[in-house]
Amino acid sequence: MALSTHPADAVIVVRGLRTQFGATVIHENLDLDIRRGEIVALVGGSGSGKTTLLRAIIMLLKPAAGSIELFGQEIVGIGETTAFRLRRRFGMLFQQGALFSSLTVRENVAVPLREHTRLSARRIADIADLKIALAGLPADAGNKLPRELSGGMLKRAALARALALDPALLFLDEPTAGLDPVSAGAFDELVAQLKESLGLTVVMVTHDLDTLWSATDRVAFLGEQRVIGYAPMRELTQAEHPLIRAYFEGPRGRAAREQACKAR
Amino acid sequence: MAASPAPSTVHRAAIRVDGEQCRCEGDWTLDGIEALDAQPHGIRWPAGAARLDGSGIQAIDTTGALRLLSIVADLEQAGQPVRLVSLREEHQALLDLVRERRASAGAVPPPPAARGALERLGRRVGSHARHALEFLAFIGEAAIALGRLALHPGRFRWRALFGNIETAGVNALPIIALLSFVMGVVIAYQGGQQLKFYGANIFIVELVSLTMLRELAPLITAIIVAGRTGSSYTAQIGTMRITEEVDALRTIGIPPMDLLVLPKLLALTVALPLLTVFADALSVFGGMVMARTMLDVSFSDFLDRFPRVVTPTSFLLGIGKTPVFAAIIALVGCYQGFQVRGGADSVGRHTTVSVVQSIFLVIAADALFSIILGGVGLWR
Ligand SMILES: Nc1ncnc2c1ncn2[C@@H]1O[C@H](COP(=O)(O)OP(=O)(O)OP(=O)(O)O)[C@@H](O)[C@H]1O
Ligand SMILES: [Mg+2]
Repeated sequence: MALSTHPADAVIVVRGLRTQFGATVIHENLDLDIRRGEIVALVGGSGSGKTTLLRAIIMLLKPAAGSIELFGQEIVGIGETTAFRLRRRFGMLFQQGALFSSLTVRENVAVPLREHTRLSARRIADIADLKIALAGLPADAGNKLPRELSGGMLKRAALARALALDPALLFLDEPTAGLDPVSAGAFDELVAQLKESLGLTVVMVTHDLDTLWSATDRVAFLGEQRVIGYAPMRELTQAEHPLIRAYFEGPRGRAAREQACKAR
Repeated sequence: MAASPAPSTVHRAAIRVDGEQCRCEGDWTLDGIEALDAQPHGIRWPAGAARLDGSGIQAIDTTGALRLLSIVADLEQAGQPVRLVSLREEHQALLDLVRERRASAGAVPPPPAARGALERLGRRVGSHARHALEFLAFIGEAAIALGRLALHPGRFRWRALFGNIETAGVNALPIIALLSFVMGVVIAYQGGQQLKFYGANIFIVELVSLTMLRELAPLITAIIVAGRTGSSYTAQIGTMRITEEVDALRTIGIPPMDLLVLPKLLALTVALPLLTVFADALSVFGGMVMARTMLDVSFSDFLDRFPRVVTPTSFLLGIGKTPVFAAIIALVGCYQGFQVRGGADSVGRHTTVSVVQSIFLVIAADALFSIILGGVGLWR
C-alpha cells in the first residue's frame, strides 16, 4: 500500500520505515497513518514487530531509515527539548507494565505529573488517585508497591500512569492480556468513553479478538515486515492475504466474529 | 483538539462571576488549570444557591473534571451549594465518568502513619537479629547441600564450577597483579626509609616478605574479590529472584542451592588461595624492585635471603586463611542475593550490604586468626 499524501488530520504518519537489530530486519518500507480520534489496533503474529513499531514511534528506537511524524512533527533526528515537549503529549503502557519498583502505585502515577507540571504535591496526589480510580483499581491500591499487586492489577496501575498527563495520544501494548474477562470488557468501555469525551487517539497492540471487534475503528495487520492490511475489523477479516486469513480463520477468530455479529 | 493542545494555544481555566451569573471559561485541562490553583477563594459568590454555567468550557480532560468537581464539593462544604449546569454533552459525560469511577473506587485511605523513634529502633534490632539467625540457617543449608553432594558426586555441576573459576579467578588476575605489585612497592618504600636510617638495608627482605605473605596479600586479595565477585553474586541471584527465575528453578526441580550457591562456593574456595599465591609473588616482586632502586639490595641478595627468613609455615599460614575468606565472601554474596525482594533498588541495596558485610567479616576473621594462632604459638 503506497500512501504518499498526508491525510489532513493525521496524528501519526509513518513513511518508508525500516528498523533492524544488527542484521535482522524487522520492518522494511512500512507505511502507516493514524488519524485524530481513532482507535487503531496493531495485530500480527508473535514476533512480527508490533512492539518494535511502537518503540520506534515513541522515540525509544532509532529507525534505520524512513520518517515518522507525530502531531505533524518529524521525530527522526529531533533535538532533546522538542522530544521532551512531544513526550508530554502521549502516554505509553508497556507490555510488562514497567512500573518503578521502589515507588508506590500513587507515586508511580505522580512521576510524569511532577516532571511536567508545577502543581502542588497535594493536587498531584489527588490527580493520581483519580487516575488510579479511572483505571479501575480500588482506592487502597495507591499505597501499595508494584510487587504487592497481581498481574492484572499491575496492568491497570501501568494504565493509570499512562493516563497521568491526560495525553492526546495513548499507546497500549497488550492492555487486556492478563485481565479477567469482566475487567477486559470494562477496559474496552473505558477506552471508548475516553475517546468519546476527550477525543483521545489510541494505538494498541492486542491479540484480544473481543477488543478488536468491539473497541477499534481500524486494525493494521503486520506481516512480511510491513502493514499488509489496514481496515475496519469487518473488512479486514474478509481480506484475501493468506497471513490475515490464517490469523482470523481459526476457531477462535470465527467464534469472536459470530459473537460480534450477533451483538450488532 | 480537546485533550492536550500545544502549550501556545492554552486558554487558562477560570471562573467568572458577573452579578448573578457564574461561568466557567477556558481550557479545563492539565495545562489550563495550572494557574487556577489560587483563584476560587477570591470569588464572591452570589448569595443563596448559585448556578455555575459550564457552557463556556472549551475543553476538558479528566484532571480538569476532577478540579471542577472538587471546587463544587469545597463550596458545598463551605455552605455555598453550587449547581453545574448547561455543560456540553461530551463534557457532562466525562464529568459523570470521573464521578462514577471515583465513587466505585471508594475512599482513599490515608498513607500509613510514620513510625515513632522507639518503634523504629525496635524494628531495626529485631531485623538485625533475624538476619543473623537466617544467615546461620543459610550456612547450615549450604552445608547440608554440600553433604548431599558428597553422597552423589555425579550430580555436581562441573560446568558451572569451571565457569565460576574462570570469572572469579582467571579474569581477576590483571587487577590482582597490579594492586599487589603496587602494595609491595609501597610497603618496601615506607619500611625502607626506616631501615636505611639504621643501615639495616638487608632486613627489607623480612619486612616485605613476612608482611605480605602472612597478612597483606591474603587480605588485599580477599577484599578485591569481595568487591568484584561477591557483589556480582548478589546482583545475579537478586535479579534472578525478581524475575522469578529462582522460583522457576525450584519448580523444575533444581534446588537453587545446588545450581547457584555450591558451584560459586567451591569455585571461590579454589580460586582465592590460587589468587593469593599469585598476589604473594607479585607483591614480593614489587618489594624487590623497590629494594634494588632505593636500598641497593640486588635481586640475587634478596632471593638468597628469602628462603632463609620465610619458612614454609608462614607462607602456608597466609594461604591457609584464604579458603575461609572465600567461604565468607561466597556465602554472604549468595545469602544477600536471596534476600532481595521486589525491585531494582533492592538489588542495589543488597549488593552494597553484601560487599560491606563480607569485607567486615573477612577482616574480623583475620583478626580472629591472629589471636588464635598467636595463642598456640604458631605466629613466630
Ligand atoms: N532488543 C532486541 N534485539 C534483537 N532482536 C529483537 C529485540 N527486540 C525485538 N527483537 C526481535 O524483533 C522481532 C519483533 O519483536 P517484537 O517484540 O516487536 O514482536 P511483537 O510483534 O511485539 O511480538 P509479541 O506479540 O510476541 O509481543 C522479534 O523477532 C524479536 O526477536
Ligand atoms: Mg510485543
